[in-house]
Amino acid sequence: MSAYHFNWFLAWQNFPRFYWGLALGLELAALCLFIGSLVGFAGALGRTHGPAWLRVGITSYVEFIRNVPLLLLVYFAFYGLPKIGVTALNNVWSFVAALSVYSGAYLTEVFRAGVNSVPVGYVEAGKAIGLTPWQRVRLVTLPVTFRIILPSLSNTFISLFKDTSLASALAVPELTYAAEWLNVNTFRTIEAWTFAAVMYLLAGYGIALALRRIERRYAVIR
Amino acid sequence: MTGIWHQIALALPQLLRGLRASLEISAIVLVAGSVGGFVVGLLLLYGGLILRLAARAYVDTVRGIPVLVLIFVCYFGLPALGLKLSAWEAGVTALSAFAAAHIAEIVRGGIDSIPRAQTDAAKAVGLNFWQRLRLVILPQATRRMLPPWVNAAVEIVKGSALLSLLGIVELLLSMQNVVGYTFIVLPFYLLTACFYFAVNFTISRTAALLERRFAYLKY
Repeated sequence: MSAYHFNWFLAWQNFPRFYWGLALGLELAALCLFIGSLVGFAGALGRTHGPAWLRVGITSYVEFIRNVPLLLLVYFAFYGLPKIGVTALNNVWSFVAALSVYSGAYLTEVFRAGVNSVPVGYVEAGKAIGLTPWQRVRLVTLPVTFRIILPSLSNTFISLFKDTSLASALAVPELTYAAEWLNVNTFRTIEAWTFAAVMYLLAGYGIALALRRIERRYAVIR
Repeated sequence: MTGIWHQIALALPQLLRGLRASLEISAIVLVAGSVGGFVVGLLLLYGGLILRLAARAYVDTVRGIPVLVLIFVCYFGLPALGLKLSAWEAGVTALSAFAAAHIAEIVRGGIDSIPRAQTDAAKAVGLNFWQRLRLVILPQATRRMLPPWVNAAVEIVKGSALLSLLGIVELLLSMQNVVGYTFIVLPFYLLTACFYFAVNFTISRTAALLERRFAYLKY
């Protein structure tokens, strides 16, 4: 057993791989946050205003997804969907599909809490000045909800960003995959994983800091 | 159709063995993570400056990187440093470290939510540190910590699926193996999802019940 010899040069040399991996992870997280928010807002409206069958359906979706491992969904999207006729998705898009469905369930809960905490008086005021139901959603409920749930959204974004590491299981070239690649191809094990871990930490806390500023900017004044 | 049911019946024992492995891993991780998390949580609150900073650094680092990266760090990194671990040991270590960091925050939050006056009162009647903790703080804080702690168990069961990437034959990898030789995809994915759901839904319902049970504790 010889001691481990560090060689950071190879890791530096492959920095672009890590850098683009990080960028891809952030892109995937942002895309899934966006799609998940659409699902979440629709789900929240359906769950608060929809008919009984819709409420039951949305509740089952949320509970089911939240109690099943993400990796199972990711595998299902990649290996399962083609078997039932959905062959249009490659590894990146099937991961996006899985993570969007996953984040949609969590965001339904987030948006529901947000929609419920919009003061009734706002919606009534909207009715009073003659807004149609759709206008009330678009001009009153949505903007206020958005400002209320902004902190939850940024937390969700950061945890989605961390969840993009699972895309490496489908050989999507994001940050974890970059570390795996370096590990397998150069045996610079510790350098590779230190690099990846530090980049996840820096990116995560950097984003958290930036988002806190945005939250302060848009915070609901109560 | 009978063919599929026959295949499912044949594969069921294998899936159940996987489920048992998943539950075993989760139980061990929950125990190790709780013990570790309790210690780290106390350090976060009552440690000296250096211990407190070390605990904070540990918690923030582990919570800041993805579990999967933590698992790979333990699986690839620790052996490179000379610590020989099997895949199972590395995986359980990683998940325990992850669970400990999360539970440490739960412990810290739970104890922190008990009003300072309780500690002062306990001091005033002459209890020492451990007596204060054991007789005054923890009996109250435990009720606060219980619901999030049970929810952490759900995260642990979900996290155990990631160990399939190390080749540990738990529920998810058992399912992949079964799908690999039966070529029956949808029923087995659904069945596996139902297994996970049954376990996790039971746990999260328990958490919700506990939360309601202790909701009267408002101060």
